[in-house]
Amino acid sequence: MTDKLLPPKKKNPQLRQMVPTLPPQMRSRAALGLTAAAARGAFSLQHCQECGAVQYPPRDACCACLSVDLAWRKTPREGTVIAETRINVSPDPYYRERLPWRSGLVRLSAGPTVLCHLHGDVGRGDIVLMDLKLDKAGQGVMIALPQERSPDMADDPQLRELTAHPKHRRVLITDIRSPATRPLIEALLKAGASQIFVGESESWRRGSDHAAIAGLDKVSVMPLDVSDPSSVKRLAAEIGGKTDILINTARHVRPGGVLGSDTVFAREEFEINALGLMRLAQAFGPGMASRTADGVNSAVAFVNLLSVHALSADPQYGAFSASQAAALSISQTLRAEFRASGLRMINVFAGPTDDEWHQPLPPPKVAPKALAMSIVEALCEGLEDVYCGDVAKDLEERWRRDPKVLERELAGGA
Amino acid sequence: MKRQSYDGVVLTAPVSVPYVRYSQETAHWWIARALKQTLEVASLSPRQLDGFSVSSFTLFPDTPVGLTQHLGLSPRWLDSIPMGGASGVVALRRAARAVQAGDADVVACIAGDANRIDSFRQLLSSFSRFAMDASYPYGSGGPNASFALIADAYMTEYGVTREDFGRIAVAQRANALHYPNAIMKAPLTLEQYLSARPISEPFGLFDCVMPCAGAEGFLVMREDEAQSRGLAYARISATIERHNAFPEDPIQLRGGWAMDIDELYEMAGCGPESIDLLQTYDDYPVISMMQFEDLGFCAKGEGARFVRARDLTITGDFPHNTSGGQLSAGQAGAAGGYLGLVEAIRQVTGQAGGTQVAKARTAMVSGFGMINYDRGLCSSAAILTGDGV
Repeated sequence: MTDKLLPPKKKNPQLRQMVPTLPPQMRSRAALGLTAAAARGAFSLQHCQECGAVQYPPRDACCACLSVDLAWRKTPREGTVIAETRINVSPDPYYRERLPWRSGLVRLSAGPTVLCHLHGDVGRGDIVLMDLKLDKAGQGVMIALPQERSPDMADDPQLRELTAHPKHRRVLITDIRSPATRPLIEALLKAGASQIFVGESESWRRGSDHAAIAGLDKVSVMPLDVSDPSSVKRLAAEIGGKTDILINTARHVRPGGVLGSDTVFAREEFEINALGLMRLAQAFGPGMASRTADGVNSAVAFVNLLSVHALSADPQYGAFSASQAAALSISQTLRAEFRASGLRMINVFAGPTDDEWHQPLPPPKVAPKALAMSIVEALCEGLEDVYCGDVAKDLEERWRRDPKVLERELAGGA
Repeated sequence: MKRQSYDGVVLTAPVSVPYVRYSQETAHWWIARALKQTLEVASLSPRQLDGFSVSSFTLFPDTPVGLTQHLGLSPRWLDSIPMGGASGVVALRRAARAVQAGDADVVACIAGDANRIDSFRQLLSSFSRFAMDASYPYGSGGPNASFALIADAYMTEYGVTREDFGRIAVAQRANALHYPNAIMKAPLTLEQYLSARPISEPFGLFDCVMPCAGAEGFLVMREDEAQSRGLAYARISATIERHNAFPEDPIQLRGGWAMDIDELYEMAGCGPESIDLLQTYDDYPVISMMQFEDLGFCAKGEGARFVRARDLTITGDFPHNTSGGQLSAGQAGAAGGYLGLVEAIRQVTGQAGGTQVAKARTAMVSGFGMINYDRGLCSSAAILTGDGV
């Protein structure tokens, strides 16, 4: 069983902070299929569309029948560890700092033999569950996990390198007024977060939740207005060096299309939803990116909440959808910019949330608690793209299938 | 169809350029030195050479084509054998047929590699597409980790201990002490082998080769040509080659030799008992043990018992890797795939000096190369004969 991860000791400012390094990141184009699956928590391998053979490592043709008609499909995760090693010597700078490192060969029930990372609880002869996860280089990698979950299994050092687990980490949630904030605080504390900062704009205008949240143990409410550059910079100067996870819950929603209103609401939405994200990233990003190898409470993730209509506009919320598309685009650039540090950019896409601004819409709507659970799951599992709730999952699937058909359906009168 | 014999074609002028742990020199430099030496033995000038076969990992951005201009050669037959540890035997197979068919009169087979500081890490990180995608990102242990996995499964399957592997390494070190070019100069005991620091478990330091720079080479020509030049030579009794054997095996517990070994002995008209000395590809002792089995010297799974019963030193009852193998002589990249072959030519022609096995007339050489993902893909073997001392 995994040893419980102990809270980090107070850092000695005279010691040099470990500089982030990345595991090997070069991959073939075919292998990016593993990364795409890992990003959303799927376990997919290449399946030949002609003969059905399942193969690994990823190829450009089927090794059973030479067909080039290959598809990534969900694949059973079961396998058996047939060999293991503990690597004590490596020429790679990333692994040199983390030795010894265990890896093994797993024969999948689906057929292929997979070279993978080994969770500390598994070894030769064990039946395991395989998982695809993103490593610090942002590439999909295989890890063999025990069949039975144990309470502290996420504390395994090799697994923890592949997740953004909140345990012993300090989290900034940017907007106290988001309905998701309260359940998010609870879920994060339950997952072991050591401290939670909660941003509050216009603090003279207290919301109904202020007292309840401000009174919680390990929670501090801090002034933060993402539409105000100096406010963002002030907070970053104060807590930027101890923000390990940043969860951006700030958003501005107003119903309405593009015609028939002026651009005042749209400007507000872009100011908070798109430019607010940029301001947060500019103020907190570089500091977080420099601390991604800083021990147990290293910086790990920047989480962004998006409407699933970032993918395809909801004409009932035209300007809002546009601000979400902009935010999605910004997050993709940030992902590229954070790549060298290993800081993970997580997007949690949700359908209409169950709040006053989506009041006239029919169910299903995303409950704040469900959104909070999705965010914490994304951190614990180390996902990159999460679709929360039935509406978001449904819309993502339709978008994957055919964006044009989806666009026409969303336009109404289908 | 019955395979044609290699009658009338011989191997001669074996040369080894002494290895260096790290060197600023390029692969071109190392290959030039081996080529010059082997041509000098045969009193040939570079312009007279009409066949050239090259194995090297570190020629980039050049290929053997660029080498012809670099070295001032005008061959009418040119080959590139990128098969790592299987390169030597494969090069000789190709060259022998070219000479037999008259496509070339003399082929120089050369393997050489550079080893600059950090060049080994760079080679590992982009060794193959599967290595880049599916093995190197998992701890970056390189071949040590990949073969440690094979060793782990092999030990479990057949009840082999580290001590059994140690016998192979210790005997090779004893042999290397008689080979002046060997990188390793100090004796090795079984205790030292067993207590060495772990590299990638179950491997310790003395399971692993030391990457270095160096080159090896020999000439392939007609027998009458060798005779007229007064050269000692070896004949080729039989050869085999196989790639990606047994793809359905979940893990590599046998190599491609197991597919072709019967044909090798049939073509040679002899059995394992006729072999006076064996040169296996020893990137790790476990792989040599696998070869003892797959080449028919003992049954599958009997490798450990075999090494406990036999003496693998030069003067022993089963002389093996007489120049110390790569474990003790060093691994000079693709030249590691030539080391055993060049030594075998010296042995059966009575030119092995301090490592000479008495009455050595028939030698077997086997090659193994290219761990593309989870297993070595290329295997090769040859039986050579000579007139001995």
